[in-house]
This record gives sequence, structure tokens and C-alpha cells, in this order.
Amino acid sequence: MSYKEKIDKLEEDLPKRVRDRLVEKIEEEDLSGQEIDDLIENTTREYKRCRFESGEAIGVVAAQSISEPATQMTMRTYHVAGSAQGVEITQGLPRLIEIVDARKTIKTPSMDVYLKEDYQNEEGAREVANEIRETKLIDIITEDRIDLLNLIVEFEIDKEAMKNIGMDREEAISNLNKGRRKYEAELDGDVIKIIPKDDDLSVRDLQKMKNKVMDKHLKGIKGISQAVVTEKQGRWNIQTLGTNLKKVLKVKGVDPTKTVSGDPREMEKVFGIEACRNTALKEGHKTIKEQGLDVDIRHMMLVADTMTVDGELKAIGRYGIAGEKGSVLARASFEVTVRHLTEASIHGEVDNLTSTVENVIVNQAVPVGTGMYDVVYKPEGLE
Amino acid sequence: MTDVFLNGKFAGITEEPKELVRELKEKRRNGEIPHDFNMRYNQDEENIRVNTDSGRVRRPLVRVEDGESLLTEEHIEKVEEGEMNWSDLIDQGIIEWIDASEEEDLLVASKDDEINEKHTHVEIHPANILGINASLVPFPEYNRGDRISYGAKMIGQTLGFYSANYPLRADTKSNILAYPQTPLVTTQTEEAVELKNHPAGQNVVVALLSYKGFNIEDALIVNKNSVERGFARSYFFRTYDAERQRYSGGQEDEISIPDKDVRGYRSEKAYSHLSEDGIVPPEVSLESGNVIVGKTSPLRFMGTGDFVTGIQNRRETSVTVRHGEGGVADKVLLSETENGNKLVKVTVREQRVPEMGDKFATRHGQKGVIGLLEPEEDMPFTRDGITPDVILNPHAIPSRQTVGQILEVLSGKVGAMDGRKVDATAFSSENEKDIRERLRDCGFRSDGKEVLYNGTTGEIMEAEIFQGIVYYEKLKHMVSNKLHARSRGPVTLLTKQPTEGRAKEGGLRLGEMEKDCFIGHGASMTLKERFSSDKVTLPVCKKCGVIAVEDETRGETRCPMCKDSDHIEDVPMGYAFKLLLDELKSMTIYPKLNIEDSV
Repeated sequence: MSYKEKIDKLEEDLPKRVRDRLVEKIEEEDLSGQEIDDLIENTTREYKRCRFESGEAIGVVAAQSISEPATQMTMRTYHVAGSAQGVEITQGLPRLIEIVDARKTIKTPSMDVYLKEDYQNEEGAREVANEIRETKLIDIITEDRIDLLNLIVEFEIDKEAMKNIGMDREEAISNLNKGRRKYEAELDGDVIKIIPKDDDLSVRDLQKMKNKVMDKHLKGIKGISQAVVTEKQGRWNIQTLGTNLKKVLKVKGVDPTKTVSGDPREMEKVFGIEACRNTALKEGHKTIKEQGLDVDIRHMMLVADTMTVDGELKAIGRYGIAGEKGSVLARASFEVTVRHLTEASIHGEVDNLTSTVENVIVNQAVPVGTGMYDVVYKPEGLE
Repeated sequence: MTDVFLNGKFAGITEEPKELVRELKEKRRNGEIPHDFNMRYNQDEENIRVNTDSGRVRRPLVRVEDGESLLTEEHIEKVEEGEMNWSDLIDQGIIEWIDASEEEDLLVASKDDEINEKHTHVEIHPANILGINASLVPFPEYNRGDRISYGAKMIGQTLGFYSANYPLRADTKSNILAYPQTPLVTTQTEEAVELKNHPAGQNVVVALLSYKGFNIEDALIVNKNSVERGFARSYFFRTYDAERQRYSGGQEDEISIPDKDVRGYRSEKAYSHLSEDGIVPPEVSLESGNVIVGKTSPLRFMGTGDFVTGIQNRRETSVTVRHGEGGVADKVLLSETENGNKLVKVTVREQRVPEMGDKFATRHGQKGVIGLLEPEEDMPFTRDGITPDVILNPHAIPSRQTVGQILEVLSGKVGAMDGRKVDATAFSSENEKDIRERLRDCGFRSDGKEVLYNGTTGEIMEAEIFQGIVYYEKLKHMVSNKLHARSRGPVTLLTKQPTEGRAKEGGLRLGEMEKDCFIGHGASMTLKERFSSDKVTLPVCKKCGVIAVEDETRGETRCPMCKDSDHIEDVPMGYAFKLLLDELKSMTIYPKLNIEDSV
């Protein structure tokens, strides 16, 4: 029997990753016969030893392991100087709360855009970044003014900005003249002239029009206010502020197999619940780690798993997990007591006292640890 | 056009606001209008506000004109000779009382030699930026700011000689230090507020030394013989009062030794200290639980079934010595309330000898509790035979940067040798160099260190030890006020759970988060035991799922719903849960208990 077969036989005991690693290690170290058997035996034993035992209160342990360091995070919210060049992303406790609460709208949504091989250079990365970043008229002008004599709006073009964004003047004008509008844009040297179609506009109307035009979308993907090119160990990628994963995935040069959003809800919508779970896990763990705190990833895994087991993202808390507990007493003791009691009495709910809180209330042993099992002695011949 | 307001009320308008304010101030300085008028021209709000009302915080400042303080040497001389006094200086406009709003437009120099043309006023003394308590801290400018705050705060908690007529007073709670001393190292404020009449601490010899490890974490090692000589000994007074109240229906309380058939009669021993009138006489030793004033009251609900003929229908409402306290009846005061009820006030005095756990502090915010009372023969000593009263851990100093305390040690030593007080007022204290020089002249090292010998072995200590005199304050937090433990004890009527708080001999709560820890450890059975303080076993009807009624007169247990005595099962539960069931029932929710056999 080859060692590969032996390892495959352990499917019940070891997860795939550990089994793969075993094979890898055996090949790497060029082990043989007895050594292989010893390695497999020891690994299996150690793996089993590391698993939590039946009756272990993993939920409580996970909750304490995350929330105790989280109390320290409140005090430390500093900004890392120069990281990601100006993209300031919510960090620390606010970010952690955001993830665990499964917020609909997160404070600073962001994406990690990965690039295809042909775009793995600064030029390519910048090209893609320019394609993604939303450019408005206001981003490419240095000055705006209203010509009171001719009643038109004028904008001075920022040549530097135009060059950086990679847009020429004609493109800007043609984009300005797209769609339904109340003006005609014209180019006059370095000046963009906005000539209203309606020629008896008041100055105030003109002012309004000016502000509206400045906000006009010229290029890129809506919702992405910043796209910063970063390089790490020769790999180029783009960090964004603002998300629009669906559209970004279609952009040329973007690697759709790797690109992710930091918003679990968006990931759920685009890739599904597993991706959502991984995002919640990764983001949560990253947030804690960034603060210099060491929390075992398995605690966060449990949180991410409970948030997504039902196939949809649920918050930890009143509107999520805690609000859907099976026990009436547990729910009533958490929040909005009256509502849960009335609902339960209307529907005639039964509380089977299967979990912790409800057993504490009636002063019974909590079915955890020493309270998991009963010793029931039936003397012979009694029945 | 500027509005003028007098005490917040509109008084008129003016075209020349600056001129008006200038003129008003001049009149005040001349004495044409009272000195408690304060005015300010607010350019942002375009109004003038003149205030004369009470309740404004004002402080005196010396006026400055053309870069010169108006308070000259000449004035000071005259004041010293008694030719001038404070009100003369005010009347002449040399010193002004400034309120918060008028201060906004001033430029105040903190010292005379700082004055330039722009200044309008100068502080009487730069230490005036400190409050009363903060300015009692010696050498504050050598300390970190937060330490001064802590020190100032703790000055307010010291035991001292708060009032000379304390034997006549009937304060509910008060403390008196047995042998108070004024500090050797003082500030000018101390003299100004006449603290010498109300001292609140003692000058003690302090060695900066880690000795046997009993002073780690800010603890203090205190010389036991010093304590026996009276160091930090204090008296605690508590006044109890009893009132003979009158009730409707002509009933009233009775102050006397209660009869044995009174409801709630305590043990005979508890009344043994009372004299015939039912009140303890002075100078009688008392323990906690002893009755101070014997009192009985009529029953609360007359006419109900409680009333039984043949016995005294009164209940016991005596005033007793508090739990955990004791002492000697100090004085007894008989009086009347405004309603004409008889009023008895008894003050109990308790001697408090310093013990392990009592809290002490210096004026530099260096607080600590006694960690060990060490007999003098085991304390380190100098070649002159001086043993420290207190051994302070050196770790208390570097991180807190209370340099002022180091200087106090040196100054205290000099003060003790010279038999004088050393001035340590903020910004004008005696020169450190001079103090060190003087110390050398007295035969000490100028750095304050001394050679010490180990108290137990007699060996010379390897390092010289920093030793000197520091003013120590005994703080009102003493262990005897805080020590508390309980195994069994009183429970509350409603929930059958233990009472809360030390005064009620209460339990220590095992809270929500502590509960989570037990669960996290899987210690279910331990948790169940800890939460079983209100454990009861109640009969439950298996059919209806409600708690059955135990009818003693009929000798049966029956279900209140099916009126049946079958199907009754004893179920153990927490009494609080039973209350929850009752409460649900009162809200027309029917909580039905499904009972199954456990085996």
C-alpha cells in the first residue's frame, strides 16, 4: 500500500488540506517506510487532540476571544501614515462592528482589484485604474467661472490632471455632450465653454447648471471615487475606494477570479454565500490583526459560519442570529422582552430548554461541559 | 450703536462703547461706584454687559499701567506696618476684583518681572493659578501636572482636625486624627487659609527602600512602634438618631427597653447596655448589633389578622450599632424635632488604629495602603539609631516623576534639623541648592542618602538609602469600612436572593459576564450551584403545568386550575423563575410547565 493510499484512507479523520500537506512533506523530505507511518500516525493523533471536545462551549469562547481584544481597540484608532496612498479605510472597532452587524451600507467600501498577467506592470495598472476610477468634470478643471456678459459657464482645463487620467479634450467634450442635457459644450483652447440652450437664463440658474455640470460623469465606473495603484513584491494591483464589483469584473485587464470587494453583502450578491462567508472571515480577521491583536482565526470562522449557515448573510444581534434563537426565554432575556413574550403566547410556543440562557433562567444545569450528560442508573430487574 | 445690559436686563444704548466701559472702570477705581461692578464690551455681540449680581466668581488682580505694577514697594511697606489694609488697596484701585467676563479682555502677567506695556494686570502671586487644595502641594512646579491633581484631590479625603468643637457636634459621620501636626514643608497658602488650626497629617521619617517585598504595588511598610506611639491613630464618630414618632389614631413610638413579647425582640444581650430610659449612657462599650436606643412602634396594619389579644401588639424598631462597626457611646443628646417629637442623638466613637489595608498618601498624589506593620527592632536603622516610620517602595518614584516629593524629603530633613518650616510655595520656594547645602551643614549627605543597617541581621546595607521627612496624610478609606465577606446571610423578601451591599451583609454578585466564564469553562454544575441561592422545590400540576397550592389547613396540595390533588410533582427551580411565571400570568400569558420524568 503506497503512502498516498494510506493517507487517502484517513479521509474521515483529516481534512483535505492536512492530507495534501502530508503528501507534500513526505515528498519534500523523501521519507520512507517506518518514517512515513510514524508521521501519519503522529499527525493524526495530534490533529485529533487539537479538535475541541464534545461539550466545549466554543461559542462563548469565540465571543470572549474576540470581544476582549475588541475592548482594547476602542482606545487605539490611529491611521497608518502613507498606507495605500491616501485611501483611508475604516479600521478598528467601527470596521469590526460593521462586519459583524452585516451592515447594508458600509462606511468606506473598498475593493482589491487584481490584474491579469498582461497588465502586471505600472503602465498597465495605471491604465486599468483610470478605466475604473470615476472621473467627473470637477476632477479635470482648475477654475470655474460664469461669463456674465454672454451668460455662459467656462471651465479652465487642468492639463496635468487630464494627462494623469489619460483623457484627451475631445473625449471630455464628447462625454459632456452625451445624454439629455440643457447645454452644449464647446472647446476653446484650454477652456471648456458651456452654452445653455435656453438663452434667457438668470445668473442663479446658471450657477445651478454650473454645479450640475461639474458633477457630470465623464469616465470610469460610477461609485468608485479613488483607485490607487499599489505594488507588492512585484505584483501590481489596485485598491479602490467605493465599490461596484459587478462592473469592475468586466473591465479589461481585471482578473475576475481574484478581484474581491470588502463588503460581504456585495460579495454575496455577486459571488454567492461562500464568498460572502470568506469575505466576512477575512475582513474580520484582518481588522483585528491590523490592530496588532492576535486572535485565532477559528474564532472568527465560527462567527462567519454562524452568520452565513442559512444561505444568507445574517447579523449577530437583535436583527440577526440572536433574534432568531429557538428559545423564547433566551430571546426575551436578550432584547425587546415584551414583543417576544406576546408573540410567543399568541403562537403558543414551546421552550424545550435546550440551550444555555433558558437553563440559567430556570436554574438547571446548562447543557455544556459538565452539564452535557446525565448519569442514569437503572438497577437490573427494575423494569 | 451698542446695547448696554445691566445684570442681563436692557438698560440703554451708547454710541461710544469703549469710552463708556473705560469711564465706568475709572469710576469704579475712584470708588464712585462699588467695586463689585464688572463690565465688558463684547465686540462680537456688539453689547456691553455690566454685572453686579451675586454668584459670580471673582478674583483679585493687581492693576498694571504703562508697564508698571501699581502695587509698589511703598504700598507693601505700609501694609506691613499696618498703615494700609486690603480694602484700602481696593478703594485706591490698586487691586481689582475681576469676574470671568471682564477677564476676557485683560492681559494678565503672572509675575512682576514679566510685565510689559501690553499688560493690564498682574497676579498677586503666580501660585494663584492653583486652587486652594492644589496650592497646598509643596514644590508643585517640580511635579507632573496630573500628580498635583491627584494630590489635591486626596487632600480632600484626609483625616485631620476638621473642627475644634467636634466634641459638641453631632455630625452623622466624622473622623478626627489623634495627634495632628502641621507640615514641616509648607506653602504660603497654608498660612493664608490658617491650616495650622486644622492640620491633616503627620511628618514622618520615610526611607525609600524595598524591604522584604511587603511594599510592592505602592504598599507601605509602617513601623509598628510608631503606630503604637500614635502615628495615624484616629477616631471615627457616627451619630445615630431615634425619633419618637406619632401616628394617626393617637398611637406613638415608645423609647424604652422593649418587653420580651414585642414582635422582633432581639436577644437580651442586645439590650444589656441600655439604662432604664432605654438609651445607652455615655462611655459604654458597644458592639455591632447592640441596641443604642430601645424603641417600639405600633403595628403597621391595625385591625388585620395580625392583631392578637393578650400580648403586646407592638413591633421592635430599636436603633442598633451598624454591622461591622462598634466603639464607645461618646455623647447622648436629647432634643425635640420641629414637630415636637422627642429626639435622641447618640454619637458612637470608635478608635481606629492603623492596620494593614488602611490608605495613606503624600501631598504629591503618592497613595498606598499599609502592607506590613513591622516591629521597630526589625526596621532598618541609621548609625544614630533613627528608624523610619514608613518604608516607601522606590518604584513609586521614577514613572510618576514626583520630583516635588524628593525635594520635600530633603526640605523636611532640613526643617527638622533647624526646627523651622520650609517654604515650598509654587514658583517661589526656597532654593534647592541652599537646602542641600544646609543639609550638609547639618551633618548629612547633600543628596539625602544615609547608610542604613539591616534591622534583623544588623548588617550594613550595600546601598545608601534615601531617607528624610515627608508629610503623610491618613485618608478616610480604611479597611474596616470595606472588609466584607459572606457565606450565609439575609435574603430579600421578594426574590429570596441574597441582599446587596456591605451594609446589609449582602452577597457578592456573580454577574452576566462571570456566568459566561463558567460556561466557557464548561463548569455547568458549578454554575448551577452558584445560581441556586434562591433554590426552591415547588409542587407543580403535571396536567395543567402550573404551580400547585399547598393548603396547610386542609392538609393537601392541590392544583388551582383542575382543583385536583393528583398529578402533583415536586420540581426544583429558582424562586426568581417562579416569580417570572407569576408575572407572566399577571399579563394573561399562561406559562405551562411540561414536566417529564427524568428517568
